[in-house]
Amino acid sequence: MPDLMKSPAADEPEVALAPPSGKAAEAGEVGGARSLWGDAWRDLRRRPLFVISGLLILLVLLVSAFPGLFTSADPGSGDLTNNFLGSPQLGHFFQDDWFGYDRQGRSIYARVVFGARNSVMVGLGVTLLVTVFGGLVGMLAGYFGGFWDSLLSRITDVFFGIPFLLGAMVVLNAFTDRDVWVITGALAFLGWTQIARVMRGAVITTKHADYVMAAKALGAGTKRILFRHVLPNAVAPVIVVATIALGTYIVAESTLSYLGLGFASDAVSWGADISDATQDIRNNPHTLIFPAGMLSITVLAFIMLGDAVREALDPKLR
Amino acid sequence: MTIIDKPADVPAPRSGGEKSGRLLDVKDLHVEFHTRDGVVKAVNGVNYSVDAGETLAVLGESGSGKSVTAQAIMGILDMPPGKIPQGEIVFRGQDMLKMSNEERRKVRGRKIAMIFQDALSSLNPVLSVGYQLGEMFRVHEGMSRKQSKAKAVELMDRVKIPAAKERVNDYPHQFSGGMRQRIMIAMALALEPDLIIADEPTTALDVTVQAQVMDLLAELQREYNMGLILITHDLGVVADVADKIAVMYAGRIVETAPVHELYKRPAHPYTRGLLDSIPRLDQKGSELYAIKGLPPNLLKIPSGCAFNPRCPKAQDICRTEVPPLVPVTERDGTDLAGRGSACHFWKETIHG
Amino acid sequence: MAEVPKNDEPTDATPNVSEVETVDAETPEEAVAAIEAPVERGEPILQVRNLVKHFPLTQGVIVKRQIGAVKAVDGISFDLYQGETLGIVGESGCGKSTVAKLLMTLEQATAGEVFYKGQDITKLSGRALKAVRRNIQMVFQDPYTSLNPRMTVGDIIGEPFEIHPEVAPKGSRRQKVQDLLDVVGLNPEYINRYPHQFSGGQRQRIGIARGLALNPEIIICDEPVSALDVSVQAQVINLMEKLQDEFNLSYLFIAHDLSIVRHISDRVGVMYLGKMAEIGSDEQIYDHPTHPYTQALLSAVPVPDPEAREGRERIILTGDVPSPANPPSGCRFRTRCWKAQDKCAQEVPLLAIPERFVDQDTPAAHESACHFAEEKDVVHAA
Repeated sequence: MPDLMKSPAADEPEVALAPPSGKAAEAGEVGGARSLWGDAWRDLRRRPLFVISGLLILLVLLVSAFPGLFTSADPGSGDLTNNFLGSPQLGHFFQDDWFGYDRQGRSIYARVVFGARNSVMVGLGVTLLVTVFGGLVGMLAGYFGGFWDSLLSRITDVFFGIPFLLGAMVVLNAFTDRDVWVITGALAFLGWTQIARVMRGAVITTKHADYVMAAKALGAGTKRILFRHVLPNAVAPVIVVATIALGTYIVAESTLSYLGLGFASDAVSWGADISDATQDIRNNPHTLIFPAGMLSITVLAFIMLGDAVREALDPKLR
Repeated sequence: MTIIDKPADVPAPRSGGEKSGRLLDVKDLHVEFHTRDGVVKAVNGVNYSVDAGETLAVLGESGSGKSVTAQAIMGILDMPPGKIPQGEIVFRGQDMLKMSNEERRKVRGRKIAMIFQDALSSLNPVLSVGYQLGEMFRVHEGMSRKQSKAKAVELMDRVKIPAAKERVNDYPHQFSGGMRQRIMIAMALALEPDLIIADEPTTALDVTVQAQVMDLLAELQREYNMGLILITHDLGVVADVADKIAVMYAGRIVETAPVHELYKRPAHPYTRGLLDSIPRLDQKGSELYAIKGLPPNLLKIPSGCAFNPRCPKAQDICRTEVPPLVPVTERDGTDLAGRGSACHFWKETIHG
Repeated sequence: MAEVPKNDEPTDATPNVSEVETVDAETPEEAVAAIEAPVERGEPILQVRNLVKHFPLTQGVIVKRQIGAVKAVDGISFDLYQGETLGIVGESGCGKSTVAKLLMTLEQATAGEVFYKGQDITKLSGRALKAVRRNIQMVFQDPYTSLNPRMTVGDIIGEPFEIHPEVAPKGSRRQKVQDLLDVVGLNPEYINRYPHQFSGGQRQRIGIARGLALNPEIIICDEPVSALDVSVQAQVINLMEKLQDEFNLSYLFIAHDLSIVRHISDRVGVMYLGKMAEIGSDEQIYDHPTHPYTQALLSAVPVPDPEAREGRERIILTGDVPSPANPPSGCRFRTRCWKAQDKCAQEVPLLAIPERFVDQDTPAAHESACHFAEEKDVVHAA
């Protein structure tokens, strides 16, 4: 399962390779080894949507991994005497006052840079947990069917019925010490159902494929069938959904932080900053614009990536 | 249960003058598809014609361009990626490729109808069969719901669907494969078209049902004196119903012949190979003759004759010059009506 | 399984009756193959006895209640001998593909036995089943869906060795895979390519190579050429015949194309609605059919010869195959049969040599499940 996330972009169902008309004859001469992953990658590389979103995501990942590379300022220390609500200096690239200062005299640029890590970690963490757990549930329900399917599907339905944010608020309210792990856990606890459903459907389609039958006829065990035959062929739609969902988890974290149910007040987080900024938007819009803008761009990048991957996977959209 | 012989080939036209003569002339038709991997040349200069009351069988394997040609005639090609860079499709003296969309739409369905291989996916699963049959009359002839339903029952009777009155409100999935194909035929017949194009109409059906459906089609064709283009890969089905045959390979017609002639004396090595590679029902036979190699890749069709890499007779000229479709004659030069072969060595092929 | 004496001189002028052919065979391999086949039958390698498969029809979401059953296979018996090809023909829904799955134990039989060398494989599980599976392999119909698109050709053909590591030691596997590619007529250098880079015929060869990997004795072929182009079908059929001779394989060849089945089979069984209607040598079934369904089926086959066609009698059946969930009483074919009488509705005809032919020295004396079995040549022109 963990290798699910290794190459989210490089997955393509067989049909995608036929030209849209399906009129092309089969290759008389077989070319060099061209894996389906490789073909999808070649296709994706040519999509501007994929290139732009991919570069943005790379940037965000870099910022969250090495914030020190981008700023030397301390996001926590404020200087109220000099910098109280200082306005942005848009010409001062990468300097402390680039995006201005907030009402505690802290550099907004530094806070945006350091806030990326929390948001991205929550987003990635939730996606990973949800994909592994939801994927497992969906795979077992889809593959074994019958009683297990009924049981697991009903449990999925129960969790599906809980409103995502409301549920997260209730859960997080029970914790006082809310760090990355608690928030990730709470969101994953409520968010796995979507992946489970998608995975279940994909596995049901795949398990009836002839090559699965062929593996059974050879005497292959359940483990081999699941992990060599079913999973690699059922994982494409899950990757698409997970990529798009990643953005929404980041939004959820920010919403919770905005509501005071996310990160503790001393943590750096886009959501908390947005919450702070709302006290005085009219006079100091810059305190809102930069953290909110970064949030939007990050989320958009993930959704765009998901779309690009889905288009590469779905021949009907060509 | 009926035991019948092959019906005599006596056309009994229902209506006279208007429905006779040359119906369709396809002239030098080219179709290509622009795909990610390059230009797929699906049809490369096809010529054929159909008269009223005549059955033309277009025979070919997958990728031969037989279905694409039919789609181009019907005007149902996906464009893009499809493109018709060259050619004419003349229906009753008018080039359909030069018509406006509106004119084209009037011809389609009313004058030329099509029957597809997969009847289940060609019928709308959420509408009753009667509604779908009646739609033709409501849309094209402005009939009322009630009238159109009565017409639907009449059509279902005509294609011999038992208990048509009771079944008119059933949905497609409630019919068997053979019955669904009959409904497709009824739909094609609704407006009494001049020409029907049937694309592998019986391929998805069982042998015993296949015979029923082919018989029905042949019977209706005689009754209405329609032209019929039968597209198939099955040399057996063709032998049953066709008057003349056009064999396609890699988007070109490689041989044309009246049905009996083709089987007796093929004039193209590909046709000969196909005939030889089919096992016989009435004899055990020894090893099958197999055409070597693979069907051509339409992205890079071999130069010269497209069949040359697989042809046992291939010479240097076959690799450089595209053989035109030339008339085939007897050894002494006597004309063989309707016969043509696109082979540099047709003489050797037909006369040994 | 009763032996049919075949030492009578064929009355038919065509030199295609089995003995004649063994003498006239053009190549030594063919002669060997023909002799090995049904003439010198030893013990059957596979014996199928009263095999039944009913798929339950259920209602209800959580508590499932059975409301009926699709009788896909309803009491089938036949033998498969070493080195022979048994063809199974029938229309869609007759249960022939289900038989294949039952023999592969991909489906659990509802009742009946399948003896492989005297051992009932329907009762096996675990290690014993795995051992039997080595010897019974399958070639699938659709070369486009039977190969995992995410695996290289080498992985696909090598997978049998990973599942049964005792067959080939690790170091020798790559060589074995390349040998197999060579055997089925593919370039051994293609080992790292993916299935979508091959054409339909080539893919079917890959499927055959996978089936051969474990050196099986029996290969069950479920419509192995019906998805292929006509010009490629012959190549694959020839390959399968060559491999049969080379490895002394027994084929169960399931297909709906009667001409191809005649070409490749030594014996042929005709199925209708989950039952065997008629079974015998290819000559008995094709030239001397006694079951009305076989006759109708054969007469409906379009023949690529318009002149032979016009001389042939055609039997056009009315109606469709009834639903296997609710088959007719008595003889299942009676609803479409022109000979049907009251007896047919009441008594299920047994698959046996018809009484009128029992002691006769005629090719019509083969097993046929009809109360009114009668010989009728529908294949040859009158």
